[in-house]
Amino acid sequence: MDITVNILLTIATAATPLLIAAIGELLVERSGVLNLGVEGMMIMGAVGGFGASYLTGSPWIGLLAAIAMGAVFSLLFAVMTLSLATNQVATGLSLTLLGLGLSGMMGTSFVGQPGERLPNLDIPGLTSIPVVGRLLFGQDPIFYISIALTAAVMWFLFKTRTGLTLRSIGDSHTSAHALGIQVIRYRYLAVIFGGACAGLAGGHLSLVYTPQWVENMTAGRGWIALALVVFASWRPWRVLAGAYIFGAVWIGQLHAQAFGIPVPSQFLSSLPYLATVVVLVLISRNKRLTMMNTPASLGQPFVPDR
Amino acid sequence: MMRLELVKRPQRSALFSALSPFIAFALTIIAGAVMFALLGVNPLTAFRIYFIEPISQVWQLHELAIKAAPLILIAVGLSVCYKANIWNIGAEGQFILGGIVGSIIPVLFPQFEGPLVLPLMLLLGMLGGAAYAAIPALLKTRFGTNEILTSLMLVYVAQLFLDWLVRGPWRDPQGHGFPQTIQFNDSAVLPELMPDAGRANWGFVFALVAAVLVWILMSRMLKGFEVRVLGSSPRAGRFAGFGLNRMVFFAFLLSGALAGLAGISEVSGAIGQLQPVISPGYGFTAIIVAFLGRLNPLGIVAAGLVLALTYLGGEAVQSALGISDKVARVFQGMLLFFVLGCDTLIHYRIRLIGLALTKPEGAAKLEAAPKLKEAR
Repeated sequence: MDITVNILLTIATAATPLLIAAIGELLVERSGVLNLGVEGMMIMGAVGGFGASYLTGSPWIGLLAAIAMGAVFSLLFAVMTLSLATNQVATGLSLTLLGLGLSGMMGTSFVGQPGERLPNLDIPGLTSIPVVGRLLFGQDPIFYISIALTAAVMWFLFKTRTGLTLRSIGDSHTSAHALGIQVIRYRYLAVIFGGACAGLAGGHLSLVYTPQWVENMTAGRGWIALALVVFASWRPWRVLAGAYIFGAVWIGQLHAQAFGIPVPSQFLSSLPYLATVVVLVLISRNKRLTMMNTPASLGQPFVPDR
Repeated sequence: MMRLELVKRPQRSALFSALSPFIAFALTIIAGAVMFALLGVNPLTAFRIYFIEPISQVWQLHELAIKAAPLILIAVGLSVCYKANIWNIGAEGQFILGGIVGSIIPVLFPQFEGPLVLPLMLLLGMLGGAAYAAIPALLKTRFGTNEILTSLMLVYVAQLFLDWLVRGPWRDPQGHGFPQTIQFNDSAVLPELMPDAGRANWGFVFALVAAVLVWILMSRMLKGFEVRVLGSSPRAGRFAGFGLNRMVFFAFLLSGALAGLAGISEVSGAIGQLQPVISPGYGFTAIIVAFLGRLNPLGIVAAGLVLALTYLGGEAVQSALGISDKVARVFQGMLLFFVLGCDTLIHYRIRLIGLALTKPEGAAKLEAAPKLKEAR
């Protein structure tokens, strides 16, 4: 029983950064913007979070720094694609390339330094309940944020007027603009929200998952988060399911390596990436599902005419 | 508070089309100066070490050519993809597969020598890269799967596969446990161009030839026209009878083959054996090269040399000033940002205007009216 609980806990820890980054990107894409810079914003969050925590001694300040770092970094993308109407694919790519370089440079002095882990929740009486206690009341704080975020984004998109407006912008920015909606302003806020989420996801990696700084420690998770949004056909609860499936794949291959299964470790390590490809193929085979849910103006630049 | 406003130009500006890479480079230099100052280094000293010292002697120019060759080869292929609005961002993986497949002969048949070895290796390298690029092309044409994500995921798979090969079945038994293959025999090593002057090898010639051939293809042949039409207006392309699916395969196979050629040239020329890591991110940096070169093969040659210099400069400041060589990555990223930003100037004029809150509604509207006329 204990082993099952432990495995479930590690799956949750592996799924949390994927979930947070993907839920942020989902909102961004719902507004019609494709930000391929998730990996870059995530790694900036990771280095910012670790750095702040290391310098101040408080992982909580690290957490805030990670969020701020992701948000500020995404602003760069917002200015380029929204104010200057640059190609979103190319700009997102350059955000990722810049983030990987910048984080490497900023983190040079953090390599090999011990970090402090964000403490797990511990409520006397509740956390010690057998089995469910640790699952429900004994995880790291970001886990709870990730669940709350998913619920909040779901509620915002489908139950509020602002959410409806945001979705309408994603489906047709020209119509929304003609109705007097401030398309660019909404998109700025969406992109910054996505950046903050990606930063938080990166912070989870360097403050909870492996509390230290390693170059390129995101290891493609930002790209997997992007794939999750497609996989989820832009629905928050499906992102939640997808993130946990991928978390399970990630943990599964690590356990398989530890058990000494006679398959080279490199093959096991490539499973999450291959799984992403397979999942993308399966979902895109269903043309109707993707066509119906893809925000219609996704990735197209918008210049308001007046 | 100020706000940016874009005003569409009646036609694309030829002036800014030519100038924008230079403006971008100048902005990168300014941003770089700020960065060096923040790191506590005199920007002028840093720039001398970064941009001038690495190319002040002949042998260093050869090093520049070694770094530029893969960048140009890959970027030339990518430019065709991006012109056709097809997003192959997995060139790094195709580079690695080219290196692996091309190395089959020298690693598995080391006793096979002679003048046939190299051409066969290069051919295999191109086939390897093209075959790996065919996967995202097939998935896109068959199932409509997004090629950005699939081509990128395959990079990680290729890196892990290479790692397994050089630590497992292909490891040199006499290599003292180092994760690397045997040294290639002499007939499997790409010859140097001028062995007396420096290390530059035939890879650089391949890059120049590829650039010229693709330039002819794109500007003088029907296929190039097809690429441009399908890229800018797929609907018009369909009416003209150009097949989008065939184009996806053409672009991926061409860019994959060139990336594969770059991979095997690097392995057989600059390295001489397979190692766990054979590329300092050439496949990704080449994306920057392609855009800085304005997706024009001849511009890409110049851009490739510039980006190669950022690698050499990064190594130079690391050894001279103790700054992380990641500074090269930062320069490359900034350069791409500024290039993309400056490209906006080709299609738009940029106006700075005060936020509408500070003036009455009517004034803003009056101001907008003459602008409309200008736009027409």
